[in-house]
Amino acid sequence: MAFENLRSNARAQILLGLLSGIVFGFLLQKGGVTEYEVILGQLLLTDFTVVKIMLSAIIVGMIGVFLMKWAGIASLHTRAGSIGATVIGGLIFGAGFAVLGYCPGTAAGAFGSGALDAAIGMIGIAIGAGIFARLYPSLDRSILNRGPFPAETIPELIGMRQGSVVIVVAVLIACLLYFFEVLGI
Amino acid sequence: MIEWFTMASWSPYIVGAAIGVLIWTTFLLSDRPLGCSTAYAKTAGMMESAISREKAGKMPYYRKFPPRVDWQWMLVIGVIIGAFLSAYLSGTFSLLVVPPLFAETFGTNMALRSAVALFGGVLMGIGARWAGGCTSGHGISGALQLSVASWVAAICFFAGGILVAGLIYGFSFP
Repeated sequence: MAFENLRSNARAQILLGLLSGIVFGFLLQKGGVTEYEVILGQLLLTDFTVVKIMLSAIIVGMIGVFLMKWAGIASLHTRAGSIGATVIGGLIFGAGFAVLGYCPGTAAGAFGSGALDAAIGMIGIAIGAGIFARLYPSLDRSILNRGPFPAETIPELIGMRQGSVVIVVAVLIACLLYFFEVLGI
Repeated sequence: MIEWFTMASWSPYIVGAAIGVLIWTTFLLSDRPLGCSTAYAKTAGMMESAISREKAGKMPYYRKFPPRVDWQWMLVIGVIIGAFLSAYLSGTFSLLVVPPLFAETFGTNMALRSAVALFGGVLMGIGARWAGGCTSGHGISGALQLSVASWVAAICFFAGGILVAGLIYGFSFP
């Protein structure tokens, strides 16, 4: 593959990570999602900025990533999930999302914009990740593998071709975003 | 062109679409999705290694996510810098500890907000690693790959978040 050398060059990847982060942080800040009020506004269902950004990123990202995959120049990186890992972890994350008012990416962006509570939140996230790492062996034995999902991807789950699912999801997201605008949300 | 960079905010659709394009480049140039929470696990691993390198080396989780400075880790450093640049260029950079909405309800006590932020962060760190990703890794990168786990995770992030935000500030819908 044409990008094999670049992808395996550790130094170049460190630089690319930094550059990708700079662009990502710039966009998050311009989008307003580095503000506590915008995140809480989404969770209180009074401000839909977070969901608008996420859905726009999904629709554009999805079409490009699948086109690159079909062209043979990119591969997908999906992982299996389970009720024990994905649902329970997701709900704990959601609780933290509301209490902190930032997520792991937007906390870094909020810190860069001057929010010092976000910096404290970042320390908390690292402590939480460390607690999880310590608990990991016993959680892995007891909870994380409970109720595995029957498939890794939506096309496999519903038995439809990838291309068809990409089109259906793109149309559904476009309709949802259109309704947001029509309803003035 | 330059006015774009000094504008205080951009349309969420433009921002989202640009994040989508950014993710094309991470798949193409780095063969990876964009996600932020792994960096925090690596940071925790670096702390654990600083205390005892031998013990950290034996922990199964840090074998899966080796604690070292790499693409994932630099991504979060970049986010801090990029957001600073954006805020600085638009003149919206300002230091604060207590966000206005929090202050309206709970007062301007910095210690209280710091304690709440630390507690929320700990919950979020546990939850992100438990679910295997965060708002960017599952909510955007995983969802756009049509991963079942990522869509379920994103729904749970918002379900948990909407419930707890409502308990904190009161539900604003009937």
